[in-house]
Amino acid sequence: MTQTDQSRGAALRVLELDGIVKTFPGVKALDGVNLSLRAGEVTALVGENGAGKSTIVKILTGIYQPDGGEILLDGASIRFPDADAAARAGVTAIHQETVLFEELTVAENIFIGHAPRGRFGMIDWAAMRKRATEILRSIGAEIDAEVKLADLGIASRHLVAIARALSVDARVVIMDEPTAALSHKEIEELFALVDMLKSQGKAILFISHKFDEIFRLADRYTVFRDGQFVGEGKIGDVTHDDLVKMMVGRAVDQVFPKRSPVIGAPVLTVAGYSHPTEFEDINFTLRSGEILGFYGLVGAGRSEFMQSLIGITKPSKGVVRIDDRVRVIRSPAAAIDEGIVYVPEDRGKQGAITQLPIFQNVTLPSLGKTSRHGFTRMAEEFALARTYCERLDLRAASLDTTVGSLSGGNQQKVVIAKWLATQPRVIILDEPTKGIDIGSKAAVHDFMAELAGAGLAVIMVSSEIPEILGMSDRVIVMREGRIVAELEGDEMSPEVLVRHAAGIEEQLEAAQ
Amino acid sequence: MSLSDLHADMTEPRRAPRTIPDRLTSPLRRNLLGWESLLLIVGIAIFILNAFASPYFLSAWSLSDATFNFTEKAMIAFAMALLIVAGEIDLSVASIIALASTAMGAAATAGAGTPVLVLIGLGTGLLCGAFNGTLVTRLGLPSIVVTIGTMSLFRGISYIVLGDGAYRGYPTSFQWFGQGYVFWVISFEFVLFAVLAVIFGLLLHKTNFGRAVYAVGNNPTAALFSGIRVARVKMTLFLLTGLMSGVAAICLTARLGSTRPSIALGMELEVVTMVVLGGVSILGGAGSIPGVVIAAFVLGLVTFGLGLLNVPGIVMSIFTGALLIGVIALPRLIAKWRR
Repeated sequence: MTQTDQSRGAALRVLELDGIVKTFPGVKALDGVNLSLRAGEVTALVGENGAGKSTIVKILTGIYQPDGGEILLDGASIRFPDADAAARAGVTAIHQETVLFEELTVAENIFIGHAPRGRFGMIDWAAMRKRATEILRSIGAEIDAEVKLADLGIASRHLVAIARALSVDARVVIMDEPTAALSHKEIEELFALVDMLKSQGKAILFISHKFDEIFRLADRYTVFRDGQFVGEGKIGDVTHDDLVKMMVGRAVDQVFPKRSPVIGAPVLTVAGYSHPTEFEDINFTLRSGEILGFYGLVGAGRSEFMQSLIGITKPSKGVVRIDDRVRVIRSPAAAIDEGIVYVPEDRGKQGAITQLPIFQNVTLPSLGKTSRHGFTRMAEEFALARTYCERLDLRAASLDTTVGSLSGGNQQKVVIAKWLATQPRVIILDEPTKGIDIGSKAAVHDFMAELAGAGLAVIMVSSEIPEILGMSDRVIVMREGRIVAELEGDEMSPEVLVRHAAGIEEQLEAAQ
Repeated sequence: MSLSDLHADMTEPRRAPRTIPDRLTSPLRRNLLGWESLLLIVGIAIFILNAFASPYFLSAWSLSDATFNFTEKAMIAFAMALLIVAGEIDLSVASIIALASTAMGAAATAGAGTPVLVLIGLGTGLLCGAFNGTLVTRLGLPSIVVTIGTMSLFRGISYIVLGDGAYRGYPTSFQWFGQGYVFWVISFEFVLFAVLAVIFGLLLHKTNFGRAVYAVGNNPTAALFSGIRVARVKMTLFLLTGLMSGVAAICLTARLGSTRPSIALGMELEVVTMVVLGGVSILGGAGSIPGVVIAAFVLGLVTFGLGLLNVPGIVMSIFTGALLIGVIALPRLIAKWRR
């Protein structure tokens, strides 16, 4: 590279992140990552779930403050103490689910916070409408500036968000999974817009799991893995496989319990399970003593499917057999009676009742066992709760303390204890170690191994590749509500998982 | 190891586990520092004030009379407390009284005897509760909206039936429910109040159903995931509230000896006031029956004491309002000053 090339490259760099660090209690979300966005270029940010992509977006838009490192705007160090500061610096984001105001008009949404002012500081409505219409026309959007946002579809809302970005004269546009909810035609229109923004010299950060989009749109790529910077470069210099390798890395450095699974008779058989929108034609068999991993990207329909198994959402089609007998499960209460329990992903909302004490959380699904004639028996409740909590090595001041006062890892132990206390035959764990510290993670993993060793049938939904590979005897990969692969033994490798989950394998098949 | 062994093994401690204590503070001590104690002190203070303010206050019969100020409201308040703990509310309770009383009046006019009248009162209450509960649990409507609607609806029916008129012809035996005394100055209503306080206290604090009520009020989603039949719990509570409104309708109608469509007008707010004063969180999830019992006495003593002093009703409502805001705001203010 010549001297002139280098200086030209520097001049193009609008926004740079240098060695950004962000820690949350027990988790290092970002560990010295770099990212540079250049004028007139699309940079794709690539990484697995949990790589730190959303955290970086929040730092760029002033929602999170980095604990270390530097943000450079046009080469000068800058801080974004709040969202407004980021917006004034010309950074704007279009989110997965665009955050706009449904009850306001399109023009109001575009100009909220910086509406044109007339006399006495009153909003100049006429000017606002005129400018909004101009901007919308400039991006080829056929949207009336006067309609309420609530009356628009997702694609049109994206256009409004883009118009808003243009109205503040943004220099950096962040698009976080913008195509997740769009149809093919709408995606093409969005791509045309991205090209237009590029030609206007905007620096664009494009976050997507879909490789075809990345290779279609991006000029450069940056890869994160587990909160660390892995590499960057021109997209023309890499292949799909190169990117996948960078995303998943090499060795699995976490230690997982050694198991010698004794796999028994089928316990749960699911055939043709479908839902109008969330999942379709799910078929698999789960055996006792087995840990069956469900891998997929966020939004692949795994949780929705699991929740339908315990009667939260109703399937439109399909049959569940338990020990070869057809069973219809209409409610979680019925699922508990059948011996199927689900440890949900969202501890605070679905798993625990954080305001209630530990022992009441543990006994809630087992009240029938700890009571007599419908009257609770405190001593029995404490005994049951203590048995399972101590087995899981719970750290708590007493069983009477509220679950909300515990750390994430200990909350998760309470939730798992609660479900084990029902003495299930099938346990479904949805992201069982998400957001908990390393020590608790290992405790949960050890316990899962122990449960499977004792003949429990375990389903583990996880988006963490090391966990999936380290714990599962068999892995099912879901994508867009369908099972796209079932992998066993040597087939289970990080690359293969990612290729199936991202749809690369299917594209290749289609091309042949 | 087999699955049953695993579950059995769970009860065998191993790996020298660290024993987690059951609780650090005894329930008794926690209660002594709780809301109920504060309220009790307020109640005693008001009692003493009353005794000094009026020479007629400290007599057995006047204290007995004072109980009528809260017994009917408190019966509904017990059920309402459970409903509010579960995160719902029923503002139609006073209108249910009107409708139940009207139904009983019509039956009495047609010559029905006391047992039939009681059944009609309870049945009307249950039906109204079922109507509210169905709209809330089946259609997923917010209970505050549903019951504001049925508040107008139920009383509206009474106005259509009665217009300016009134039902009067209740049998003498029926009037015992509102005017009878079980022993000396102890009225039937007061005994019923005490029995219901115990029943509802046990129901909320000592049964699986009560536990489910707290679970639903704190986090309905997690409760559902935990196998609680959330809709069934809520339906039961609306039925209970309707039923207790029916009970109150019987007592009130018997005590007044007549039914007008304006009977118990505005009582729903007094009931909610009693529940909230008793320490039940209006947001759901927390509260106790002992608290509501004490709140019933406090409110009853305040209104009765002011009545003895010939304070007009309008001014009385100012006092209750100020008391409610004062007692609710006090703990928060203290917490603020301490910081």
